[in-house]
Amino acid sequence: MLELTNYISGVFLIVGAIFSLTATIGVLRFPDVYTRLHAAAKAGPVGAGFVLLAVAIAALDPATALRAIIGILFLILTAPVAAHLLARAAYLVGVAPDTLTKINDLENERLSAG
Amino acid sequence: MNSALFLEVCEDSALVLLALAVVFALARLIKGPGLADRIVALDLLTTLAISLIGVTAMRVGVSLLVDIAVALCLVGFVSTVALARFLLLRQPELPARPGRDDSTRPPVSRTVRND
Repeated sequence: MLELTNYISGVFLIVGAIFSLTATIGVLRFPDVYTRLHAAAKAGPVGAGFVLLAVAIAALDPATALRAIIGILFLILTAPVAAHLLARAAYLVGVAPDTLTKINDLENERLSAG
Repeated sequence: MNSALFLEVCEDSALVLLALAVVFALARLIKGPGLADRIVALDLLTTLAISLIGVTAMRVGVSLLVDIAVALCLVGFVSTVALARFLLLRQPELPARPGRDDSTRPPVSRTVRND
């Protein structure tokens, strides 16, 4: 039993670290704010969530596991809200999307809400 | 390979990968052409710090560190929201404001015009 939890949490740790690294490479290489936010706000919480899940599995202690799972839930709840607020604020102050962007549903929004 | 050794190797590898990720995020934080890019990098750095605290909690066996990770989650969300509000509400750059453009107009004419 102890061996199994060690293996599972080790694999989850590696998966989480790889997701975090992928998110950061996306933030470093994508062309504009919105695509960078897309990478940071999706892959980032998944990576941290996998790491916290590994902590919860390896802890073998219900209190610690519960706290780690509460952390995962909070991360999943807050990351999209923060990313949405940040993207909307960036658009409203006039940060231009990349020229490769094809669909822009907020095109008429900037003047009315600025 | 027994399971404890496997877990230790996984912890070390995760720490190395996360350290590399922190370096990349810092590169975007320094490079980022605008304030919004820097806020994205800071948000990602908070998430990476949560992961690093989680790995450290497993490594040293202190379960109290998980509480710190959850608290950092909360602070990271509030700080990102506050920075987004700041991005929305801050004054525009000074040269972009009309009447403050010192580069195209000599200061003498501006004082005359203000008088």
